[in-house]
Amino acid sequence: MTFRVHVRVVPRPGLLDPQGQAVAHALAALGFPGVGEVRVGRAIELELEAEDRATAEAAATAMCERLLANPVTEDFTVAVEG
Amino acid sequence: MTIRVAVIRFPGSNCESETLEAARRAGATAELLDYRATSLGGADVVILPGGFSYGDYLRSGAIARFAPVMQAVRAHAEAGGGVLGICNGFQVLCEAHLLPGALLHNAGQRFVARPVDVRIERTSTICTGLFRPGAVVRIPQAHGEGRFVADEATLDALERDNQVVLRYVPVPGSDLPHNPNGSARDIAGICNPAGNVVGFMPHPERLAEATLGDTIGQTFFASLVGAPTSGAPA
Repeated sequence: MTFRVHVRVVPRPGLLDPQGQAVAHALAALGFPGVGEVRVGRAIELELEAEDRATAEAAATAMCERLLANPVTEDFTVAVEG
Repeated sequence: MTIRVAVIRFPGSNCESETLEAARRAGATAELLDYRATSLGGADVVILPGGFSYGDYLRSGAIARFAPVMQAVRAHAEAGGGVLGICNGFQVLCEAHLLPGALLHNAGQRFVARPVDVRIERTSTICTGLFRPGAVVRIPQAHGEGRFVADEATLDALERDNQVVLRYVPVPGSDLPHNPNGSARDIAGICNPAGNVVGFMPHPERLAEATLGDTIGQTFFASLVGAPTSGAPA
């Protein structure tokens, strides 16, 4: 089966995120009220051929641990569609 | 016997030529090595140069880490061989977990290209042996992702085990922040416990010939080959 996998990678809480800060300032400058902390990460979508959903999820998690996220600075979530 | 140096060229490396020249001027037999190589060809020291390997896609150094040549680099490092990562090379070494920590976007959100003052915190490494301990040298650096981060326990261990090699220090008379990127504990470069794997953000190869105004950067390369410097120790 082909699954569509959504990987979300975000800077770990507590680490300074200059991109997030810049976005927060820009949103404030545009007049959007009520914006608190902003953190900027990455969304990665991939098609994955796998036997079943659990296998796809395990494979995507392994991809995150080896390449897609940096274990020193980032957290990730994996969501398998279909 | 002269020291043999391999300078790796990844797709997107851009400092390999001047790095190669600096190694040669120091007396090494130095050659470029393609990232697809599976052996270091007998090199004593391997240098990962600056640049933007693989376009810095995903994270700087994240993809270069898996280039074929990196298996040989890892084996070389683990056998005690010399490995030096400059700027992007430092990022690659951290991504490869040959050095601890990571390098993130500069705290000031900008690419910073200007000379910095760094103190030589450790001279028992492959590339700082000819410096006087505690010497402060001014060398160029240029990067967007040079903010060294690691958890507190790792930072404490780096300090305890004398693994900080270069540290940003205040520049007399300058209003600019001495730490250009917000690095933890002003760390500009580190090494593994044995000192044979070294990574730092500044670019000594950019200040390694008299035409460029100073040759202080050459001292790193002279240290690498174990050659005497032309002048007095810094």
